[in-house]
Amino acid sequence: MISLLILLLAAGQIAPPDTGPAVPAPPAPPAAVRAFDTPNDAGKSITLRWSADTLARSLLIERTGPDSTTIIATTEPGETGYLDEQVMDRVRYTYRIAAVGDGDTVWSASTAEVSSTPQLFNTNRINILIAMVIFFVMVIYFIETAKRGRSLFVRRIAGLDAVEEAVGRATEMGRPIVYVPGLGSVADIATIASLNILGEVAKKTAQYDSALLVPNRDPIVYTVAREMVKESYTKAGRPDAFRNDSVFFVTDQQFAYAAAVDGLMVREKPATNFFLGMFWAESLILAETGAQTGAIQIAGTDSVFQLPFFITACDYTLIGEELYAASAYLSREPLLLGSLKGQDYGKMIILAIVVIGSALLLLSRTPSLAFFGRILDFFNVS
Amino acid sequence: MKRNIPLAICLLFGIVMMVQFFVPHPASVAFYDLTTKWVRIVGAFALVLGTGSLVLYHVDKLQRRRPGWYYSIVTLAAAAITTVIGLGWGVKPGRPLQDVIFTSFLVPLNASMFAILAFYMASAAYRAFRARTREAALLLVAAFIVMLGMVPIGAAIWGKLPDIAEWVLSVPNMAAKRAILFGVALGGIATALKVILGIERGWLGGGKQ
Repeated sequence: MISLLILLLAAGQIAPPDTGPAVPAPPAPPAAVRAFDTPNDAGKSITLRWSADTLARSLLIERTGPDSTTIIATTEPGETGYLDEQVMDRVRYTYRIAAVGDGDTVWSASTAEVSSTPQLFNTNRINILIAMVIFFVMVIYFIETAKRGRSLFVRRIAGLDAVEEAVGRATEMGRPIVYVPGLGSVADIATIASLNILGEVAKKTAQYDSALLVPNRDPIVYTVAREMVKESYTKAGRPDAFRNDSVFFVTDQQFAYAAAVDGLMVREKPATNFFLGMFWAESLILAETGAQTGAIQIAGTDSVFQLPFFITACDYTLIGEELYAASAYLSREPLLLGSLKGQDYGKMIILAIVVIGSALLLLSRTPSLAFFGRILDFFNVS
Repeated sequence: MKRNIPLAICLLFGIVMMVQFFVPHPASVAFYDLTTKWVRIVGAFALVLGTGSLVLYHVDKLQRRRPGWYYSIVTLAAAAITTVIGLGWGVKPGRPLQDVIFTSFLVPLNASMFAILAFYMASAAYRAFRARTREAALLLVAAFIVMLGMVPIGAAIWGKLPDIAEWVLSVPNMAAKRAILFGVALGGIATALKVILGIERGWLGGGKQ
């Protein structure tokens, strides 16, 4: 019987006794684990980096501080980095990462001690600083040039040339002018530009003795607009012509404001409407109502989404930077004109960078010229 | 003096806020948060002035019986009722200000105004698409292609129409948008610089030197 059994085993007819499933190899721990203070931040943050280990089911991250050791996170095996934002500044920590397999947890070596500190300068923004300095120097240079009395050429802007005509028309027709300084706050540059134009328009309305209506959405803009109009009337030598109720606050609700201004335009039938500043969805509601009342309309905004509506419904539209150029153009003040020149040269530099950048991007696609990509990285904004 | 102090404050804060942009230190972040709080506080004070202006404007309109004076009654009554309800019952959810004034009046009225936009778009499109000039004709053709390319019937007419519409949006349209944005960015920085340096000082308003 025993000899038969031996023969069957030898012939492979009977399987050997079961020894359990095959034991898989334990995953290798993540390699090249390093921890460092997160650069260019406000502190309280340490960045971890390691090489990917695809054999593990998950990764555990452990932090050891002066008082305790804690598992701070579990991540997917494909991850190669982690940002620990639960640390204290100037406290030393070490980290290690474990690869978790089927029943096995294999830890990497601990990192060197690391602590976080807040930084005083964001080096990622050095490109912005350089661009800003170059631009500022150019603007100040042209302002100084203008101060010395050199005449500066500024191209014709049809929308701004029409301001005089539009104010004159209102005077002839005996109807008011409605000036909407946008729906933005006084912190928006477009609103500041609009208020500067309002000053120039108010001077002309004072000279022509036209009625001016300035409905406002923002209470701070209202107070500034009121002071500006008052000052313009004084500068024009007509302080008595300023009416307290010509500049007024309506509401800070977007569509309620649009409804109020629409109602104003329908009732007062203004000869001229100005829509200058920041606008959102109400731009077409305002401009189309104004067009239907038969007013001359001059609009301007820096919002590329609202420009098509204004171009469609208004007689003249100041596109983007023309809005900012308006106060210089209307006042012809040399100091303001000088800054326009600086902007033009700034645009030339940007144009040159776009052309050079495009060329570098094309070249960096060639493997042997990949270093051009690093030059391009300098222009990235963070 | 009345002008020099605001100009000095503007110059100081303009430079400090510029520096703040490059400094990630917590003290810099805290300073930024503090100044934004100040802006909100100043805004709250200005709101009082705004409300005063609103009331005075409409009271004057009523007294002088100007065109549409009866609308001023609605405005003043609405302002008074909202104030009384807000002060009397509070502004939290579940109170009349939220449930009645906001949900039942303000939201539907805002929605109605927004809905009117659709009709204005139709009338503005009609005006824009009258191909009286070369630019308007170009606009008409571009809009026709884009609109047709964005709906299923466009693809049914010609399979390449959606691709052409996409190209119009992502190449010439995007190029024009970016060109405008470059100008806007530089114009914005130059305006800010003029305000900080006190070259553009119209925002100071009136008053003696």
